[in-house]
Amino acid sequence: MSEHEYKPKSKIGKWFNDRLPLLTLGAHLTDYPTPKNLNYWWTFGGILTFCLLTQIVTGIVLAMHYVAHADLAFASVEHIMRDVNFGWLIRYIHSNGASMFFLAVYIHIFRSLFYGSYKSPREVIWIIGLMIYLLMMAAAFMGYVLPWGQMSFWGATVITNLFSAIPLVGDSITTWLWGAYSVDNPTLNRFFSLHYLIPFLILGLVVLHIWALHVPGNNNPVGIDIKKPSKDTVPFHPYITIKDAFALLMFMIIFAGFVFFSPNVLGHSDNYIPANPLVTPAHIVPEWYLLPFYAILRSVPDKLGGVILMFGAIFILFVLPWLDTSKVRSAVFRPIYRQFYWIFVLDVLMLGYMGAMPAEGIYLVLARVGTIYYFLHFIVVLPVVGLLEKTDPIPMSISESVLSGGADPSLARKDNEKI
Amino acid sequence: MKRFKLKFKIIVLAFFLLSASVAPSLGAESSGELLKVDWSFKGLTGKFDRASLQRGFQVYKEVCSSCHSMQYLSYRNLGEPGGPEFSEQEVKAIALSIEIEDGPDSQGEMFTRPGRPSDKFKSPYPNVNASIVANGGAYPPDMSVLVKARPGGSNYIYSVLMGYEDPPTGTTLDEGVYYNKYMIGNKIKMSAPLIEDIVEYTDGTQATVEQMSKDVTTFLTWAAEPELEERHRTGVKVVIYLILLTTLVYLSMKKIWSRVDTEV
Repeated sequence: MSEHEYKPKSKIGKWFNDRLPLLTLGAHLTDYPTPKNLNYWWTFGGILTFCLLTQIVTGIVLAMHYVAHADLAFASVEHIMRDVNFGWLIRYIHSNGASMFFLAVYIHIFRSLFYGSYKSPREVIWIIGLMIYLLMMAAAFMGYVLPWGQMSFWGATVITNLFSAIPLVGDSITTWLWGAYSVDNPTLNRFFSLHYLIPFLILGLVVLHIWALHVPGNNNPVGIDIKKPSKDTVPFHPYITIKDAFALLMFMIIFAGFVFFSPNVLGHSDNYIPANPLVTPAHIVPEWYLLPFYAILRSVPDKLGGVILMFGAIFILFVLPWLDTSKVRSAVFRPIYRQFYWIFVLDVLMLGYMGAMPAEGIYLVLARVGTIYYFLHFIVVLPVVGLLEKTDPIPMSISESVLSGGADPSLARKDNEKI
Repeated sequence: MKRFKLKFKIIVLAFFLLSASVAPSLGAESSGELLKVDWSFKGLTGKFDRASLQRGFQVYKEVCSSCHSMQYLSYRNLGEPGGPEFSEQEVKAIALSIEIEDGPDSQGEMFTRPGRPSDKFKSPYPNVNASIVANGGAYPPDMSVLVKARPGGSNYIYSVLMGYEDPPTGTTLDEGVYYNKYMIGNKIKMSAPLIEDIVEYTDGTQATVEQMSKDVTTFLTWAAEPELEERHRTGVKVVIYLILLTTLVYLSMKKIWSRVDTEV
């Protein structure tokens, strides 16, 4: 992307760079032209990278002390909390870090939905991002099983049992996943192995995600392409690095608030009871970040149907770039879509709430309404609104929108065929 | 843009209110509002009341420990900073008074010896099944992390200890089942464990049920979260450090961005 070829100054640098152009890569990352109108919702990419690295580093240390055995896992976690130097800190960072990771990824995803970052030419970035999100859910679910408390055990039982809904081979697949005839020691062992593997797969996908991002460059709040790099962009360093650092520090203050002052508020108290296959908890609930999907799963009276809808709720996001028919990216210039966007946000929040409530009475009814609306948003609202909506005029360039103090439609040009 | 920002703020606020209302309801519901105590260990700088911890240990040792194990604690923990902070001699004496089974020795025999500070708390029963049989089918839970394992935490434990009452008319209880106002389902297989003056406090404090409930709950809270004081102390330092660093970075950011015509 840089306008001039990078030339190392030193002889050694030149020798090395001719053989492996790492210095060129570094120069590209430093100079990478970034739209200068990015707001703070764009800082969550950097925050998510921080979250991933934090989970990997704390996780590696925890794995040095944790014992993946049904009889010893719970005790080894208590050993970490009591006897390992700063073990409590490392474990609380790791367990709360998972929640912070999801908080950040949801903001990141909803930012993309608002500003149309998933649209051409950024579909591949979006799809890689969804793959990361899927792997995050798998890693978080398996990680929650490792302490081998009541919620670990019964959460694992509920989720793995979903696969038994598959016709004909369901039961065999479930047994194969368990490595036994119920959730047991072999299940715990393989979950630990996979829990250690997945973050590195995510890391690889993150590299691809950023690579794919650096081909077209960032989207931005007004959703138009860069016209003149010298006027519309700033170099990534120091402008974006310092802004990302500031946002990250704000994020870390909230993170520290959880870790030091209410480290268990996001978890479930039942997980401090050792796993007991003979006693089922009154309400089996997943962690908060999976609740909307749990609500969708339970809203369908048929098991297989519920599983299909739950996975469908995620997989429909993969075709989102082709369901949204609007040529205008940013919701700032889409008055109708904007309303539906907020309805959709509320719908997902409501589904999350219903996922935490028992599946009965009014909760079940609302969960069903929420589920139907979730799919309507993608299958009906997005294609239709995109075709019928009269969008607001779009600014000529990023610098124009910046000088007019944000994305103000009144100062924009009247036609919008060239976006 | 202002309009969207306002909307976003409303959504964020709604989200936090929603999660605040979900969080307590996630656990199983107990009947009635729990008794609330103004614990010294709550809040950002909360600390344990040292004398209360020591009294609480006495209640645990003389009353609870005949049925409830505490298998993740060691006697040495009683002398560590942030806990009851018994002196080294006191900890040694506490451990010495316990008989621990050890072995096998070089002859392949198990033997008993006096406890050492490094030993884990001795459990009252050799295994879970023995504890179930001895208690009429109910398993007295291990108390190491009990406070963290119950919705309501310290207030819940305190409430259950204070919640023994005669059953309301119309409620019939089976043999060996007791009525408790705060227990989930109101039925409990443990008879009221604390009776006035069941322990004689070494520091002369009057051993009322309320006093003992408070002390033993404080002790159990420490047992579940022995890092609490260090966590609070470190947390305050970390947050102050982060706020200072954030301010510096904010000022640097303003300075750097003043070179271009864009607000940050």
